[in-house]
Amino acid sequence: MSFELNGKSYETDDDGYLINLEDWNEDVAKYIAQQEGVEMTDAHWEVVNFLRDYYSEYKIAPMIKILIKEMKKMFGPEKGSNAYLYQLYPAGPALQACKIAGLPKPTGCV
Amino acid sequence: MSDELKTPLLDELEKGPWPSFIKDLKSMADRPMVKDLLGQLEKSYRDKRGYWKHGGLVGIMGYGGGVIGRYSAIPEDFPGVSHFHTVRVNQPSGWFYTSEALNEIMDIWDEHGSGLTNMHGSTGDMVLLGTTTQELEPIFRELTAKDWDLGGSGSDLRTPSCCIGPARCQNACYDTLALTYNITHKYQDELHRPMFNYKYKIKMSGCPNDCTAAMARSDMAIIGIWKDDIQIDQSAIAEYVDSGFNIQEYVIEKCPTKCITLEGKELKIDNSDCLKCVHCINVLPKALSPGKERGAAIALGGKAPIVEGALFATLIVPFIEIDEENGFEEVHDLLERIWEFWDEHGMNRERIGEFIERVTLKTFLEGIGVEPMPQQITQPRDNPYIFYEEYYEEETE
Repeated sequence: MSFELNGKSYETDDDGYLINLEDWNEDVAKYIAQQEGVEMTDAHWEVVNFLRDYYSEYKIAPMIKILIKEMKKMFGPEKGSNAYLYQLYPAGPALQACKIAGLPKPTGCV
Repeated sequence: MSDELKTPLLDELEKGPWPSFIKDLKSMADRPMVKDLLGQLEKSYRDKRGYWKHGGLVGIMGYGGGVIGRYSAIPEDFPGVSHFHTVRVNQPSGWFYTSEALNEIMDIWDEHGSGLTNMHGSTGDMVLLGTTTQELEPIFRELTAKDWDLGGSGSDLRTPSCCIGPARCQNACYDTLALTYNITHKYQDELHRPMFNYKYKIKMSGCPNDCTAAMARSDMAIIGIWKDDIQIDQSAIAEYVDSGFNIQEYVIEKCPTKCITLEGKELKIDNSDCLKCVHCINVLPKALSPGKERGAAIALGGKAPIVEGALFATLIVPFIEIDEENGFEEVHDLLERIWEFWDEHGMNRERIGEFIERVTLKTFLEGIGVEPMPQQITQPRDNPYIFYEEYYEEETE
């Protein structure tokens, strides 16, 4: 699968995750968010930027509990909860926020 | 594929006197989804490999769990199962349904899914097998409109489940149905939005018969138990004796600690030696019943052999009040301390049983604030390398 944006083609997997992680930029993020029905606000970018920083340092997406703890540290207790993350990303931080941040598809289990 | 479905290998599974899922599937093979399911399974058996892709990310808006994505790896051959997602529906406590409730579920499932179900999955949920991504939101909408909800999946609190409890069983030492209902409602966020290291299953059995097999299958087994003496109705014992029932052979000799004696028509139990295996109560239901001071024991760590090997649960709390009037506060308090410590120090995909093995029982007990007790170990001091803090303190004095 792939999509076209500003005259450039971007390859994705079946679930819409970018194949080439270096393809990511803010416009791509906004485009994927739009496809997901998510309107990016400052609060949304806080999560996406954290995910990207974490990924560039550790080469792996953070576990949800680490995401929550770090959000709490950086932005305060009201933003450090699972419920808050689901408000921003209704399909879940792993599914939606990682996709918009251009991270590889998180591996889950049943 | 020809229109005529030929499944010589699957047909083998219809032979013999046992129920056969192939028979069930064939009875619904006029549905394209079921027909392709049979076709793909036959091909799997023939080629000796599975044709399901690994997992897949699908879900319901607002929930992280409850749906398990399943895609065929060869959708061009079997388009009916190109999507074949599983939907878990939270079962009522003790699996009590009216036929109206079951019809409600099946009407929704016939319209939006394959019509195939698994009643029930080992966690306890109703498992609806086979639907497509675009049907998920309509299914969820229709289920919730009729007050159903999805169960847990992934690294979250899995759907709590319990035995039939006091609704139909005289041995229940606490109200398993009420506690299950309470925990399900109190921990909705943990149930629907995965954030744990790995799955966390809670099962509630009303007595040590453990009809939910909580000790072997759940991370947290809440087993009904009593503190005082087994209640004995001596006149009923006399009736058993008069009827010629061999109490000596079937009860006394089977008692693991040999703490029962029969003098004439009077049964005596040395309760200080009783292990609460409930064998005598099972065999003499008219005469014996659990004591009056009732509550539950809590054991942690049961699991099936995924990631690490299978584990049986280990006793952590020998007795806890199960107090409905108090809103089950004691259970919530313990549960939250366990989650906090496991969350802080557990590794990704590490079940609570594996976690306890890794950090040691001693560290775990300190972490959750439970006193070490003799009931937590099988034998006293059979391992000279385990010490508790008091031991060190004495030594350094």
